[in-house]
Amino acid sequence: MTASTRALRRATGFGPVLIALALFWLALIIGAPLATVVAEAWSKGSEAFFNIFKQPDALAAIRLTIIVAAIAVPLNAAFGLAAGWSIAKFEFRGKALLLALIDLPLSISPVISGLVWVLVFGARGWFGPILDVAGVKIIFALPGIVLGTILVTVSLIAREIIPLMAEQGSDEELAATTLGAGGWTVFRRVTLPNVRWALLHGVLLCNARAMGEFGAVSVLSGHIRGLTETLPLHVEALYNDYDFVGAFAAASLLAGLAVVTLIAKSALERVGAPRSTT
Amino acid sequence: MVALAPSLGTILDVRRRAAWREPSALPGFRGAFAFTLVYAGLIILLPLAALVARPWEHSPADLVHGILQPRTLAALRLSFVAALAAAVVNTAAGLVIAWVLNRYDFPGRRVVDALVDLPFALPTAVAGIALATLYGPNGWIGSLLAPLGVKVAFTPLGVFVALLAVGLPFVVRAVQPVLEDLDTALEEAAQTLGANTLQTFARVILPALSPALLTGFSLAFARGAGEYGSVIFIAGNMPGVSEIGPLVIVTRLEAYDYAGAAAVGLTMLAISLAVLIATNWAQVRLARRGAP
Amino acid sequence: MASGLSRREVLATSGAMALVASGVASAEPNVTLLNVSYDPTREFHKAFDVLFAADWRKRTGQILTINQSYDGSGKQARAVVDGLQADVVTLGLAYDIDSIAQRGLIAPNWQSRLPSNSSPYTSTIVFLVRAGNPKGIHDWLDLVKPGVGVITPNPNTSGGARWSYLAALGFATRHNGGDETRALGFVRGLYHNVPVLDTGARGSTNTFVQRGLGDVLLGWENEAMLAIDEVGPGKFEIIRPKLSILAEPPVSVVDKVVDKRGTRAVSEAYLKFLYTVAAQELAVKHHFRPRNRTVAARYASTFPALDLITIERFGGWKVAQAKHFADGGTFDKIYQPS
Repeated sequence: MTASTRALRRATGFGPVLIALALFWLALIIGAPLATVVAEAWSKGSEAFFNIFKQPDALAAIRLTIIVAAIAVPLNAAFGLAAGWSIAKFEFRGKALLLALIDLPLSISPVISGLVWVLVFGARGWFGPILDVAGVKIIFALPGIVLGTILVTVSLIAREIIPLMAEQGSDEELAATTLGAGGWTVFRRVTLPNVRWALLHGVLLCNARAMGEFGAVSVLSGHIRGLTETLPLHVEALYNDYDFVGAFAAASLLAGLAVVTLIAKSALERVGAPRSTT
Repeated sequence: MVALAPSLGTILDVRRRAAWREPSALPGFRGAFAFTLVYAGLIILLPLAALVARPWEHSPADLVHGILQPRTLAALRLSFVAALAAAVVNTAAGLVIAWVLNRYDFPGRRVVDALVDLPFALPTAVAGIALATLYGPNGWIGSLLAPLGVKVAFTPLGVFVALLAVGLPFVVRAVQPVLEDLDTALEEAAQTLGANTLQTFARVILPALSPALLTGFSLAFARGAGEYGSVIFIAGNMPGVSEIGPLVIVTRLEAYDYAGAAAVGLTMLAISLAVLIATNWAQVRLARRGAP
Repeated sequence: MASGLSRREVLATSGAMALVASGVASAEPNVTLLNVSYDPTREFHKAFDVLFAADWRKRTGQILTINQSYDGSGKQARAVVDGLQADVVTLGLAYDIDSIAQRGLIAPNWQSRLPSNSSPYTSTIVFLVRAGNPKGIHDWLDLVKPGVGVITPNPNTSGGARWSYLAALGFATRHNGGDETRALGFVRGLYHNVPVLDTGARGSTNTFVQRGLGDVLLGWENEAMLAIDEVGPGKFEIIRPKLSILAEPPVSVVDKVVDKRGTRAVSEAYLKFLYTVAAQELAVKHHFRPRNRTVAARYASTFPALDLITIERFGGWKVAQAKHFADGGTFDKIYQPS
């Protein structure tokens, strides 16, 4: 996670060829689809583009998307830090198993990530009857959407933090403890500053993914317009409504959010890098 | 949450601590560990347990029969073969891109670096619609390929193309930190000793990067095999030809066959997991061999 | 979160809070209803909900908010079974409501509770071709000709596609004098001309209209008419085969939900209102065939009379589903190397 401190070379020899190759590939694989989204969104002019942000259903979808991310991301960040602290700073049996468990959600198909919650909390799932009696709604409501999002993004922050914490070891923390600092103080003053860029990277990635999650949320949402539709689902709904400009406008809003987040991450790393590598 | 963790820790007082944990002078293990376990248990283990428990309401023979059906097998084969091919290409492309981003300065490098994560953040349905628009017979790229007789959209090739985008960030992001840490002194030494660029790359850089490449490869593969949203719009979905594994799951659900759907899901997960474990093992071997 | 989010307020004058519920309904002045529907009814329900809410308010004084959920018909039925709290379901085929009824959420006799098999409007399966009909497609037999690309969704995941499949099979059975093997041979030939199987009806329409793939779109009459509306006339035309199927999209109250929520009266009124002349006119506007005789007579030229077979020809939905669309059914066999 240490951002670049080494002076980057001016490209020589193979350099320009490699750069051209890399840029061509990225333009083809990532740039072209992105350009398609933006071009379609603006195909009927700016008025049609901005029209989407006047529709109550779209605004509700934006709001729900933000709420979901605002719940899912901090929880996953807390999990990442707790998992990092236990795994990197202590030795215990079954550590490999725990690590594998944390990695596991990355290899689950989003379709499955949604389905499993239906199996657990759906009306005919494990806890369905109890929830029905208690009058608690999980599936097809906010909690279900949040659970689906959390499962899809749970590994992201932990994966950023754990390797870095492990690499850093616990010498600094031990020294602070010897000097009489309490656990909480050590964590706040020593550990957290050491991993903050990894944490930030993870949080931004997790946030971008949480806002963009489609497959799992689609299974858990119930698709109620203005109530349980997130922005990615609203994109699909608009597309199916023959509102192609609206669909691509909403999509480019999501893409824009992602790009801004990712560029912000990269800029922050540049600012923070010299200090974090000491 | 951190305030919550110690209280959870006291509830779940771990008495056999000494037996399975090395003593440490650092405090806070119990709280953090308890929170980790409870969270991982609720968020990962509980739903997966539901998935594992579900298929068995069919008899084992039915279960095996359901998975071994030609249509299901063809779909699983397509998902995994396309994911494998895409992961291989992505490993190569990701290496070049990571290398370029980390070693050379060029205008717009930061923006390009940020864009690499985009497929990861973009809603899969959006990516799917964009790809179908792009590679369809009247799309920008589709119309260029059509005269050459190359059809991408609505063929198995479309699945492969969609997975190229899906898997790329995993490889780039796995390789970048290692490349960052790689001591340039080593490369310079090699060059001083008369090695040419290719030799330096093959003998010094590639061995150091191979564990990271393996990680990126396996993550791109696992993610690609399970991908649904961005593939479904461009795949064509013809049974036996361009139908992917996750679509078979959806089809089973459509018929209220939850057990059958869970069985296919579990099979896919098991294969992905096997690949992840195998690459982890290979990684450990590589690391041991590479250690000085 | 519910109150904060702006749902589609069908009737939303804030001053109306003071309105006292009169006579008929409960003391609750405001009521919400969730209609879980399938994709092609979006445009129709948008207009219908406004109409009904106004009527309901006139009759009871209650301010009615109707929430709408749209997705594929089968997916929606499954969501209701899994706990989506739908007061009413308005789906694409009776099999989907049967599936909900089978799991105890809807009374088994649901289809006889409302007139006309509980289908207030109908549709049929037609062909949409490109302007000028360059491939000369006029009837079913033209769909199996070599070089004709047919776009239609996957019957495993789309209710509309099941109607299409059965329409094709119905034609072929009659054409072959009842010989089932030869009829299935025709259907197999038809699907061999299908280059893309989208998961839903709208997906197929987009493939045909936006991507420019195929020569003929096989699907709902209402979807074909809507596509022409949306894309602009002159680019496509509708070809109606001589023989097709009477597609009956059914509606029902979800008994278990309305009894729990106390919304039975308004839910039943909502569905009954679908049969009024005003609603039938609205259905026509959104390209559904009306059930009401008077309204139907008025639009006889919009919806030419066709020879329409019914689902009963196939032994009802349960039999048809098991025989043709279940795992290992006749649709699966089309894609197995013979």
